[in-house]
Amino acid sequence: MQRFSALSLIRHSLGGHLGWQPQWRSPEPKAEYDAVIVGAGGHGLGAAYYLAKEHGMRNIAVLEKGWLGGGNTGRNTTIIRSNYLYDESAALYDHALKLWENLSQELNYNVMFSQRGVMMLAHTVHDVQIFKRHVHANRANGVDNEWLTAEQAKEFCPPLHIGPGLRYPVLGAALQRRGGTARDDAVAWGYARAADALGVDIIQNCEVTAIRRGTAGGVEAVETSRGAIRTRRVGVSAAGNTSVVMAMAGLRMPLESYPLQALVSEPVKPMFPCVVMSNTIHAYISQSDKGELVIGAGMDAYVSYSQHGALHIPAQTLEAICELFPMFRRMRMLRNWGGIVDVTPDRSPILAKTEVAGLYVNCGWGTGGFKATPGAAHLLAWTIARDEPHPINAPFTIERFRDGVVIDEAAAAAVSH
Amino acid sequence: MLLIVCPYCGARPELEFSYGGEAHVARPKDPASVSDAEWADYLYARSNPKGVHAERWRHTHGCARFFNALRDTLSDRFLATYRIGEKRPDLA
Repeated sequence: MQRFSALSLIRHSLGGHLGWQPQWRSPEPKAEYDAVIVGAGGHGLGAAYYLAKEHGMRNIAVLEKGWLGGGNTGRNTTIIRSNYLYDESAALYDHALKLWENLSQELNYNVMFSQRGVMMLAHTVHDVQIFKRHVHANRANGVDNEWLTAEQAKEFCPPLHIGPGLRYPVLGAALQRRGGTARDDAVAWGYARAADALGVDIIQNCEVTAIRRGTAGGVEAVETSRGAIRTRRVGVSAAGNTSVVMAMAGLRMPLESYPLQALVSEPVKPMFPCVVMSNTIHAYISQSDKGELVIGAGMDAYVSYSQHGALHIPAQTLEAICELFPMFRRMRMLRNWGGIVDVTPDRSPILAKTEVAGLYVNCGWGTGGFKATPGAAHLLAWTIARDEPHPINAPFTIERFRDGVVIDEAAAAAVSH
Repeated sequence: MLLIVCPYCGARPELEFSYGGEAHVARPKDPASVSDAEWADYLYARSNPKGVHAERWRHTHGCARFFNALRDTLSDRFLATYRIGEKRPDLA
C-alpha cells in the first residue's frame, strides 16, 4: 500500500501524478475462504479490515453485488452522533464515535471527520422533556450532550430562525458537540484500501445467490454469480437486502425494507456551521465541505427496494427547513435519491450470531447506520472471529424479540432517527 | 407518487392512502398455546420480499376502507388490488 502523506503528495506531483497505484486489487474469487462478508459497504469492508488486523484472519473475501460503497454508504446524509437514550444504545454508538475520532489516522485515509456538533431542536413541551431526559441519560453514560436555550441555539447556529411567527417555535435544543459529519465515500474507500493491503479480496459485481448448509445445519458455501465459494463463516452486512440474503439460509427476519430519501442543494459558500435535526417537523440539515446543503428526508410509507421514493416526502422536509432557515427559501436543490433501509420493530440494530452455525448478521440499522460504521464493523469482526458477541453488541440479538427484551429507541426518539 | 386503485373508489393519488403493512399475517387462533418463537414470528418477522408483496392499504382520505394489494417492491408497480376477504389473486 502506498502511504499517503504530504511528502508522498509532493513526490508524486513531481512525476505528474502518474506514479499512483490503484488503491485496491480486483481479484478473481478463490474457491475457498476462511470467512466471507456479504456486502461491501462501510460496515462490511470495515468488518473485513478488523478481521484481518485485529483477529489475524487474512483469507477473507468481501462480496458485493454492485460496486463498493454503492448502497447506503453512498446514499446517506453522513451525520454522526451517539446521543441515544438507552444504556445499550449509548454504549454501541459511542463505541463507534470513539473509533471515528481516530479513523483517518488508523486508515491513513482522510475520511474528513468533522466534529462540528449535532443540534436537535425541541419544538414542544414533550420535546423539551424528552431531550432533557436524553441529556441526563447520556451524561450518566459518559456521552456528552447539553441543553441549550433557544438563544444559545441561535448563537451556535446563526441561520436558525427562533423569532415569533414560527408554527413550531424553537423552545431549546440538545447539543452533542462531539457529533458531526464525515465523508461517506472516503470511509468505504479507506476501509477497502486498508483491508486490501492486509490481503482481503474485495470482489465486486458478485451477487450471492444461495447459502449452502451442511447436514449438521452449518454454513458450507455460498453460491454467487461468479461461482461457488466454500466457507464456514458468512457475515451478512447487506442493509436493505438482508431479508433476501438471510432467506437463502432459511431464516425469516424481523425486518422491513423502506426507501429513505435524501437530497442536496447547489453548492454555496460555507455558511452553515453544524448539523441541525428536528424530529418533530422532520428536518435534517448540514453543509458538506463541497458547499452543498445535505438534507435528509423521511421514509416512504411502504416496503420497497426501488431506491427512490415519492416527491411529497422531500417536499415536506423542505417546507420544514424553509420555516426554520428562511435564508434557504430561494436555494435550488440539485439531486434527490433514495436508499433502502432495513428497519427493525424497535429501531435498534441486530448484530449477532444466528441459529445457523457460521452465519452472522449485522443489520437493522434502519435510518441511522452510517454513524455506526466503524463500531458495527469492529463488533461484527469480533463476533465472527470469536463466534461470540462482544459485550457491547451482546444485547442486539435476533432473539430479543422472542424474549421481550427489546431496545426501544423507536419510542425514545419518537421518529425515525 | 404512486397511483393506487382503490377497489371501491378507483385510481387515486398515494396521499389519500395509508399503508398497513404486510397482508395475510394471521393471528394465531389460540395465542396461549403457541411457543414464544411462534408468537414473535407472528408479531415481528415479515417476509419483506424483493418482488411481489401482498400488503394492506387504507383509503384514509376517501372511503376509509381497508383493502389488499399486490405490488412489485422492485418497481413499485401495483399488480392488483382486491377487497378484504377476497383471496389473493393468482397472477400467473
